[in-house]
Amino acid sequence: MGIIKVKDLIFEYIRRDEEGNVEGITTAVDDVNLDIRQGDFVSILGHNGSGKSTLAKHFNAILYPTEGTVWIDGRDTQQGEYVWDIRQTAGMVFQNPDNQIIGQIVEEDVGFGPENMGVPTKEIWERVEESLKAVGMYEYRKHSPNKLSGGQKQRVSIAGVIAMHPKCIVLDEPTAMLDPKGRKEVIRAVRALNEVENITVVLITHYMEEVIYSDRVYVMDKGHVTLQGTPREVFAQVDRLKELRLDVPQVTLLAHELKKEGIPIPDGILTKEELREALDVYRQNFA
Amino acid sequence: MLRDITLGQYYQAESVIHRLDPRVKLAATMLFIISLFVFHGATGYLVAAAFLAVVIKLSKVPFRYMVKGMKAILFLLLITVVFNLFLTPGDPLFSIWKLTITKQGVRTAVFLAIRLSFLIIGSSIMTLTTTPNQLTDGLERMLKPLNRVKVPVHEIAMMMSIALRFIPILMEETDKIMKAQIARGADFESGNLIKKAKSLVPLLVPLFISAFRRANDLAMAMEARCYRGGEHRTKMKPLHYHKRDVVAYFCIAAYLVIGVLAERLAGMVFVL
Repeated sequence: MGIIKVKDLIFEYIRRDEEGNVEGITTAVDDVNLDIRQGDFVSILGHNGSGKSTLAKHFNAILYPTEGTVWIDGRDTQQGEYVWDIRQTAGMVFQNPDNQIIGQIVEEDVGFGPENMGVPTKEIWERVEESLKAVGMYEYRKHSPNKLSGGQKQRVSIAGVIAMHPKCIVLDEPTAMLDPKGRKEVIRAVRALNEVENITVVLITHYMEEVIYSDRVYVMDKGHVTLQGTPREVFAQVDRLKELRLDVPQVTLLAHELKKEGIPIPDGILTKEELREALDVYRQNFA
Repeated sequence: MLRDITLGQYYQAESVIHRLDPRVKLAATMLFIISLFVFHGATGYLVAAAFLAVVIKLSKVPFRYMVKGMKAILFLLLITVVFNLFLTPGDPLFSIWKLTITKQGVRTAVFLAIRLSFLIIGSSIMTLTTTPNQLTDGLERMLKPLNRVKVPVHEIAMMMSIALRFIPILMEETDKIMKAQIARGADFESGNLIKKAKSLVPLLVPLFISAFRRANDLAMAMEARCYRGGEHRTKMKPLHYHKRDVVAYFCIAAYLVIGVLAERLAGMVFVL
């Protein structure tokens, strides 16, 4: 069993109108099965309202399944006694950096998690130092979070989670509010953690470009997992992705269009370099 | 414009006073304020002035910074002085029209002015030399005994520090909403007081909604990071008393003793 295992998960919530009368029941997550291995980089894609954030909140025991079970590192999230272990095992980074930073100084915010866990003072300082270094924010440790850019704030939030020594980080659209530069910073930091520290990463996003580095991609639509596989396998299905109102990376789209025009290019091109190589091969063989 | 407002006006400097434990500074400020109300003669105030002068010198905060803080209450100070000057009954010195200035009036007015200005300078030394964080930490530790009578001390301190953290964010947000509403033709400037107050509604409603959303997000983020109240919690920056803190406690005690003794002595001399 992997670090995160989801079996037949269904999550429903009751919609109410302004007077509080029940309007209906919405099934946000519908019959999802997942098994994520330790050390993997997994992406969950989907447009707004596809249920991807709701799913993510189950990994941190913020939401509990209506039906089905979620195990984090072998622990059932519905068993109340494990809540704090689960939250420590699967750290969570949210969308808005301003609304998740508690400290008034960067280092104090990173120390917040370990403080809650009852880590001794000396070890807190060690953890804060190593986590800030891991995301490249160590020189900002004495700054006020209000003076940082969006990407920097989000890296501080990630450091705050790493300081709790989790086995897994769940990032719920961490780049949605950032500019392209900040987005790159955050994704670079997350990839480094995955590769260097072997932390399992679950990245929830609707930016396709961020997904290409992952080991496995799940595409969600209306609460279901509709596509899954390696990025290459998923991006090979350009037409299906378009149906799901998802933007395919420009390079992949270009390759797809070229192929439609009769140029033999392999499916699922992810980077500019790959496309150039494929075109070089084509030129040598046919031109 | 809104961002210019600073709260918890901390003045960064390297001084003994800055490095003191916040608990010492809180206790010293309380004692100093009490002393101002215990003293009731010129001698006592001389001692207080000398003590204040030494502390200001030690704190390395420019004196004009403290005077700046005085400006805000100058009006209040003036009113209290004027009222005391004219309305204290006693031996009349001279009168203008129906108003009489008495000997006792002059005395109370002068002492009150001294008392109030010392009080403000004294407490502003504390806020100028202590970061808001240290202050809440210090308060939490000092009020800890109240936990036994079910006062949620940790929660209060946490609320204070979160409020301090969100002040600049909400200020910025107010600025943004204001500009957005001005762009759509809202008018915050003209009209009388009632009209101005009414024009604030389109500013306050979105601000409140966003504040609640932020609070919701923050609560979730805190829970996700294993926050479960003050129990089992360790501190990244625990408060420890150092030698200088003990010395400071002795100094404030010495000040109180000297002040009281000086007043007694002056009283005896006066009687003789």
